[in-house]
Amino acid sequence: MIGAGEFWSLTLALGLGTFLIRFSFLGLLGGRQLPDWLLLHLKYVGVAVFPALIVPAVLWPAATGGETEAPRVIAALLAVAVGLRFGPVGAITAGLATLYAAQALL
Amino acid sequence: MPPPRHPFRAGFRDCLPFVLIVIPFSTLFGVVARDAGLDLLQVMSMSVIVIAGASQFTALALLQDGAPVFVALLAALAVNLRMAMYSAALVPHLGAAPLGARALAAYLMVDQSFAVAVRRYEDSPGMTLSQKLRYYFGCMAVVCPIWYGCTLAGALMGQAIPASLSLDFAVPVCFIALLAPLLRSLPHLLAALVSSIVTIGFAWLPWNLGLPIAAIAAMIAGAQAELFLRRRAARRSECPA
Repeated sequence: MIGAGEFWSLTLALGLGTFLIRFSFLGLLGGRQLPDWLLLHLKYVGVAVFPALIVPAVLWPAATGGETEAPRVIAALLAVAVGLRFGPVGAITAGLATLYAAQALL
Repeated sequence: MPPPRHPFRAGFRDCLPFVLIVIPFSTLFGVVARDAGLDLLQVMSMSVIVIAGASQFTALALLQDGAPVFVALLAALAVNLRMAMYSAALVPHLGAAPLGARALAAYLMVDQSFAVAVRRYEDSPGMTLSQKLRYYFGCMAVVCPIWYGCTLAGALMGQAIPASLSLDFAVPVCFIALLAPLLRSLPHLLAALVSSIVTIGFAWLPWNLGLPIAAIAAMIAGAQAELFLRRRAARRSECPA
């Protein structure tokens, strides 16, 4: 259970912080350029953060009490493979369909 | 491509295919958030105040895990850092707009509308500032109402979905859906691989501290791989063997 105080302080801070990130260059910094080394690293933010969220959620899900289950691992790998070829909608469809199929079969 | 005659309508039309992603993603957020014990007001407040799905899932998952607020906040903000790049990329197109319009454009900045708008601006260099603004808000007129509406729908029907459907698995699947299209070069693939391995290696750390460590290691790996490939390409063009 998430406490009300925790929830609201997180939501307000996250809302403000996210707006400041979005407004950063467009609003506050005007047309000033970022240093090249920072832009180079920022290009990899997405591919750096998402796997760190995906891997634990697939290997040690809270729903199974942290136990690794084969259907979830198989479904995640297939979702990545299909997503590479067919994009986001393909990844969502393949991931959920594979999970249900594997859970029914294994 | 000539500037669109009705920029708002053109933006709306060009963003329509993304409805297919926004509907399940936002509905799912409503379901998952109710499942985590949030009430209707809390779920809707989060979607309206933050309006950034991936970070909302992240913050919620970490709070539910018992992580301290500042860790959940830092992880969620890290997920949103990519939008600093979107902001920088929009400056040449929308930088001259009035402050209010820029603030609204910033609040409404999401992956899909950003990607669609910048592609169009580059395809139609003749667009005026006013046309570009109307096109941008046309894109968001598709995404934003669906985001709010489907969050609400998901929150209302959340309790009706049985646990046997393993809907919690839809969260990593949504992240996979956002990740897969980004894996478009060798350095991107390498960064994702480094992130996965470091995450597993540091899984024993408390408060999900493995996440920032893995993300920083992966960004360095991606950047260094790109520099290496650039240097190699430069050497090859200097002395064609």
